[in-house]
Amino acid sequence: MDFALSEDQLLLEETLRSFLADRVPIERVRELREKACPNDRALWSALAELGITGILVPEAQGGSGLALLDAALVSQALGHAVTPTPFLASAVMVPTALAAAGGGASESWLAGIAGGELVFGVAVTELFSVREGAGVSLEAGALHGKAMMAIDACGADLLLVAVDEDTLCVVKTDSTGLEMTRLTTVDATRCTAEVLFDGATPEAVFEGVGSGIARMLDAGRIALAADILGACEAMVEQAVAYAKQRKQFDRVIGSFQAVKHMCSEMIAEVEPGRSLLWYAAHSFDALPEEAPLMACHVLAHTSEIAREIASVSTQVHGGIGWTDEQNLHFWFKRIGNARHLLGGPEALRQRAAELQGFAATA
Amino acid sequence: MDLEYGARYEAFRTQVRDFVAEHRPTRPLRLADGKRQERIAWLSLQIEHGYWARTIPREYGGYGAEPDLLETVIMDEEFNKAGVSRGMNAQGPSMLVPTLLSHGSEEQRRRWIGPTLRGEVLWCQGYSEPGAGSDLASLQTRATEDGDDFVINGQKIWTTTADRAEMCFILVRTEPDAGKHAGISYILLPMDTSGIEVQPLRTMSGGIGESSFNQVFFTDVRVPKANVVGKRGEGWKVANTTLAHERNSLNANAEGKLMRLARLMERETLGGVPAMASPIYRDRLMKLQARVLSMKHHGMRMLTCSLKGESLGVAGLVVKLQNCQLNFDMAALAIDAMGELGVLYDHTKYERERGYWQAHSMLSLGLIIGGGTAQIQKNIIAERGLGLPREPKPKQA
Ligand SMILES: Cc1cc2nc3c(=O)[nH]c(=O)nc-3n(C[C@H](O)[C@H](O)[C@H](O)COP(=O)(O)OP(=O)(O)OC[C@H]3O[C@@H](n4cnc5c(N)ncnc54)[C@H](O)[C@@H]3O)c2cc1C
Repeated sequence: MDFALSEDQLLLEETLRSFLADRVPIERVRELREKACPNDRALWSALAELGITGILVPEAQGGSGLALLDAALVSQALGHAVTPTPFLASAVMVPTALAAAGGGASESWLAGIAGGELVFGVAVTELFSVREGAGVSLEAGALHGKAMMAIDACGADLLLVAVDEDTLCVVKTDSTGLEMTRLTTVDATRCTAEVLFDGATPEAVFEGVGSGIARMLDAGRIALAADILGACEAMVEQAVAYAKQRKQFDRVIGSFQAVKHMCSEMIAEVEPGRSLLWYAAHSFDALPEEAPLMACHVLAHTSEIAREIASVSTQVHGGIGWTDEQNLHFWFKRIGNARHLLGGPEALRQRAAELQGFAATA
Repeated sequence: MDLEYGARYEAFRTQVRDFVAEHRPTRPLRLADGKRQERIAWLSLQIEHGYWARTIPREYGGYGAEPDLLETVIMDEEFNKAGVSRGMNAQGPSMLVPTLLSHGSEEQRRRWIGPTLRGEVLWCQGYSEPGAGSDLASLQTRATEDGDDFVINGQKIWTTTADRAEMCFILVRTEPDAGKHAGISYILLPMDTSGIEVQPLRTMSGGIGESSFNQVFFTDVRVPKANVVGKRGEGWKVANTTLAHERNSLNANAEGKLMRLARLMERETLGGVPAMASPIYRDRLMKLQARVLSMKHHGMRMLTCSLKGESLGVAGLVVKLQNCQLNFDMAALAIDAMGELGVLYDHTKYERERGYWQAHSMLSLGLIIGGGTAQIQKNIIAERGLGLPREPKPKQA
């Protein structure tokens, strides 16, 4: 029995966290938020050199062939540093789906992801939430319709599109008959887009890949939960550091019990949340029958604790916490955007109930 | 990461399971039901097979195995699964025995540990006083020297099972001139000594379940000095081992409780539909399940740290706070899912599960307070876990 991170995992975490602190400090994030797409290709290549972009890509395609728990640790570090990257779509969701889909084209795309030359976005929102008349169809080999809130799509080369629960397509973002509009959200560190299809021809169509799609969503949900948890850690660290330094009424505010209790309540959520995340990520590879339920619970739960932590950590900062200058809002917005990116907490809990036979399947 | 226990442990698990299946008592052996002899026999049998007092040395009445955390976890899991309590969940075994093992004299260990583990001697914990709860070190009960004895005068309160206990481990002030923490001694006191008066206090749960609440008055109570545990005046240090054990012993079978709650929600109907069919109640259940799963795996993580001899750090300090609140919240949903019948109590007509959830709700509230309140836990998390500064002392008037 050993429910702990391995030496290798601790090393990965440490290496990546110091790389990010060095390469993408918050000043750099402030610059990136001004770009049309915050996902920086130079950073993506540097991450490829560290083996991060191909973390889930099999070794045969030049990746590291590691487990989802390793990818979750990366995701957590990215959330901690509010780094804009297409990691969620390109390095977690797409490799999981392409590995299930198989075929020569998939293999070359996987190699491109591992090498850092290729960036993928995903247009899968309609699998769990249809808004504004969205929906994509495949007619005579061409794509039609609309996809909303496509993740990491703006600066991407290729897009993985879910046509329905069993069918995936890969389409180039510069195809004729494809029009992309960035949908600006509160969160400048993760880009989402609307994609209009009017006869775009996909590079590949994968049919009968329902279980691969389900795995892709589970992996994405667990990785997104990790991103959220990393953001939570960062918010608690900032609140505690500020509480030790800011003085009012001739004492540091961290000696006021109201402030102490705010900090304790936050860490009392983060630590068990970390344990849940480890287990969920571990289950994805080691106990796959448990993974769908764990994926729903871990994302719903971290989203809930994150909302409270984002509010409380801001309150610990007082007025400065409400400014752009203080930076805390980057995390507040990161977790705000994440909350509905792969299904909101209510929908995820409904799904968790269905999976256990507590609710009729919709 | 490796969640397998391995073949040796799985063999041990089978042994435990077979033992429980073969020997389990047909009914709960509650003291309150006068089941003393059966209870002693059942505890002795568990010790003989090594499923209780497993790592306590033989010369003190235990089984004498090497400490092995995984074995403990497996025993707890298997007894829990069978719905049988392992050993005795009382302050004697969980608090006094570890204290004697680390601070008791040889004579004290030989005399008290065995009978305590077999349930022959029931203990109560005489710490809290009307004026000293969270601020326990401000306790005022005095013990004055008289020859080979101490003579105790004062009052304790919130003393669980004092009305039934044969013995009390008590904190008293033996050195009135020493500082607040330095003047305290930890003493073993027979409850039939003259001068002790126990007055039961009715609890909010009306006494359902094992525990009873009391206040205890001491008037010129004589106790030999030889009954002091550890050194005279070092009772605060001695008691702190005990308090650490109290916090660690709060390990509820939350997953089992959640499933019991789920079954209840499938049975109970509100407006003609099962509570489980209502998205509102179901959503609450799913929120609780995520918390239960968090705490379950948090327990595994803490167990791993202990196995490796690593410090649990701040992650360990949050356990009592979270588990106690989680228990209370589960009971709250159960009560709500029963609608207006959720308040039925005291074995009245239509009552569900013999009032279990109401009793559980009140008991878990008690545990949020007892053994260090939630607010005290948050102080500890902030100060010891996060390094925030201690509260400045108020200026003397
Ligand atoms: C079910 C149960 C069983 C118990 N069994 C026993 C027993 O067997 N033996 C025994 O000796 N005692 C026992 N106790 C007593 C228990 O240890 C005390 O009730 C507890 O330590 C709190 O002390 P108090 O009741 O005096 O409350 P107080 O200390 O007066 O607390 C009242 C309120 O003030 C808050 N407060 C106090 N100090 C601070 C602070 N520094 N910062 C922030 N908030 C603060 C508390 O959190 C609480 O909300 C039991 C209690 C319960 C509920």
